[in-house]
Amino acid sequence: MSLRLLPHPLLTPMLAGIWLLLNNSIAPGQILLGTLLGWLIPLFTLRFWPEAIRIRHPWRMLRFFGVVLFDIVTANLVVAMRILGRPENLRPAFIELPLDLHSDLAISLLANTICLTPGTVSAQLSQDRRTLLVHALDAPDPEAVKASIKSRYEAPLKEVFETC
Amino acid sequence: MLDFLLSFLILAGAVFTFIGSLGLARLRDFYTRLHGPTKATTLGVGCLLIASSLYFSHQGNGVSLHEILITLFLFITAPVSAHLLAKAALHQDLPRVNDRRGHPRD
Repeated sequence: MSLRLLPHPLLTPMLAGIWLLLNNSIAPGQILLGTLLGWLIPLFTLRFWPEAIRIRHPWRMLRFFGVVLFDIVTANLVVAMRILGRPENLRPAFIELPLDLHSDLAISLLANTICLTPGTVSAQLSQDRRTLLVHALDAPDPEAVKASIKSRYEAPLKEVFETC
Repeated sequence: MLDFLLSFLILAGAVFTFIGSLGLARLRDFYTRLHGPTKATTLGVGCLLIASSLYFSHQGNGVSLHEILITLFLFITAPVSAHLLAKAALHQDLPRVNDRRGHPRD
């Protein structure tokens, strides 16, 4: 499969899927049009996608999404409880999270995940891309938050997107 | 039966969205306020969208799934805006209450 004809093999089915969802139909014509768009758009926007995206373990990726989805639901419940509880009792903190990830996509996915999950918002990526500043809504123990982010989200992302 | 499920989902969605907005009023500094709208509302909107998907699928015009796209775009955009707001707040050096652990660098 030549890389010039199909520069981003993952983008094509994704765009086609989004096209079908937008149209809310799976008529053969729409599938054909979606595939065509999914093939042409990455070709024409090649310059926006400098790094090749490689996914090592698709199943681990799916599991990761499952975990994140579950955490989003619990995060919502937890944050709702915190808001309804006494705001004076909250212990907000800034936490510096040292990163083991290198690729841009993996870092942005991690930052995104952090924002969606329990009481944390990613605030700033340092200039050298080695630390991510995270704000936690209620963190009596910042080290525990750091450890849970690293083991729960960063480790699977590292396995999926990075070789070592 | 479906009516009960739908009304439960819509009510749950409304309650979560409301709690998220309530956070804006109840929490005490900019950084903690940021948490309300980014979290509690995702579940709120999620419940509403599931309800919408169920209802329109039941209407008989085939399965309605484009609500998934709204969820997807929401999950991509909400964290980005939260991140940018937090970053802007750091640059402005907005005051923090309760606790001063951790020091954000500029």
